[in-house]
Amino acid sequence: MSEYPGQSDLRDPLKVARKWGSSKTGVQHWWVQRVTALALIPLTLWFVYFALALVHVDYATAMSAIADPVHMFLLIVLTICTYWHGMLGLDVIIGDYVHTRWLEVTLQIALRFGAVAGAIATILAIMSVGLAAR
Amino acid sequence: MAQFRLPQLSRVKKGNYFAAKPEAKEVRKFKVYRWDPEDGDNPRTDTYEVDISDCAMVLDVLLKIKNTIDPTLTLRRSCREGVCGSCSMNINGENTLACITPLDDLRAGQVNIYPLPHMPVIRDVVPDFTHFYAQYASIQPWIKTDSPAGSRERLQSPKDRKKLDGLYECILCACCTASCPSYWWNPDRFLGPAVLLQAYRWIVDSRDEATGERLDDLNDPFKLFRCHAILNGTNTCPKGLNPAKAIAKIKRLIAERTI
Repeated sequence: MSEYPGQSDLRDPLKVARKWGSSKTGVQHWWVQRVTALALIPLTLWFVYFALALVHVDYATAMSAIADPVHMFLLIVLTICTYWHGMLGLDVIIGDYVHTRWLEVTLQIALRFGAVAGAIATILAIMSVGLAAR
Repeated sequence: MAQFRLPQLSRVKKGNYFAAKPEAKEVRKFKVYRWDPEDGDNPRTDTYEVDISDCAMVLDVLLKIKNTIDPTLTLRRSCREGVCGSCSMNINGENTLACITPLDDLRAGQVNIYPLPHMPVIRDVVPDFTHFYAQYASIQPWIKTDSPAGSRERLQSPKDRKKLDGLYECILCACCTASCPSYWWNPDRFLGPAVLLQAYRWIVDSRDEATGERLDDLNDPFKLFRCHAILNGTNTCPKGLNPAKAIAKIKRLIAERTI
C-alpha cells in the first residue's frame, strides 16, 4: 500500500473509506466454501477407507474397484469438491496476503486455470481407468 | 514486493530511563512507546519507575507519569471509567482500555505500553482514527426509514429491543479492529470488527427499513467476507462484546436471502 488509508491527502476520509463501494458478490464464495467443506468430510473418510482397501490387492482388482459406477461417481464428486474448495481457500489467502497488484491478479488467474485444469485431468484419469477396466 | 526490513519509522529505539525517587514505596517499571512527529527521530521506548502505591489502574499510572515525571507523555483519555473509549492502547500485548485495566490483573514485572497496533500514530500512544471513523460513517450508522414519521416515536417491542443488547454498548475504542489480522492486511477494504458490529446493530434494529440496502452494501469479498472468524476482536474487547458473532449473523442473513 502506497499510503495508509485516511492519511493526509486531498480526498475526504469518507471517500477513501467507501473506496469502490460494494461489489455485491462474496456470499456465493463463502457459501460454496462451507458446503464443499461439509461434503468433503464424508467423501474424504470414504476415500481413505476405499484407498486402504486397495493397498494389498492386485492391479486388475484395483482397476475394477475404481470402475465400479458408484466408486467412480464418488471419486469424481470428491475431485470436484477438493479442487473447488482448495481454489476458494487459496483465493482467500491471496486476497489476504498478496498486495502487489500485478502479482495478485496473476495468481488469481493462474489459480483458477490451475484448479479447473487439475480437476479435468483428475476426472479424465478416473474415467480412463474406469472405462479401460470394462 | 516483499519487504524484509521494517519501515524507517517502525524501528523502535531504546529511550530514556526515569528512576524512582528513593522515598518511593511500591515501585513498578513501565515501558512506554514514545514518538514525536516533530523531532524527526525514530520512535523509542522510555522506561519509568513509578511508585504505584496510590494507583489502581494503568491510566492512573500514565497520568501520574505525565503529572509528576514527564509532562511530554501524550495520551488520550476522558471518562476514566470505560465508557468513552479514548484510552484504548496495547498493554502487555493486549488491546484494552487503560482506565479499566487494574494493575493487579497484569502479570508481574515490567508493564509494556504501546499504541494500538497497525494504526497510524499521531504521537506517543495516540493513534489516528480518521480512517476508522470514516469507515464507521460509511455504514450510515443512523436509522433509515421510508415510511412517514408518525405523531410519536417509532416504537419497538421489548423483544426487539433485546436484540440490540451486546451491540449498542460498543464504544468504538477500536481495540477489536486493531487486533484483527484481516484488518492489518487490508485496512483499506475490510471494514473491521467494530464497524461491522455497528452495521449489524442497524441491520437488526426493528425500526430500520433499509435492511436490504445495508446487506447489499456489505456483500463484498473485502468489506465483510475478509473476516475469517479469527476471534482476536472478541477476545480483546474490553466491553466483553462479541463482534465475531455479529459478523457471522450478517453473513448468515446475506446467505439466507439467496436460498
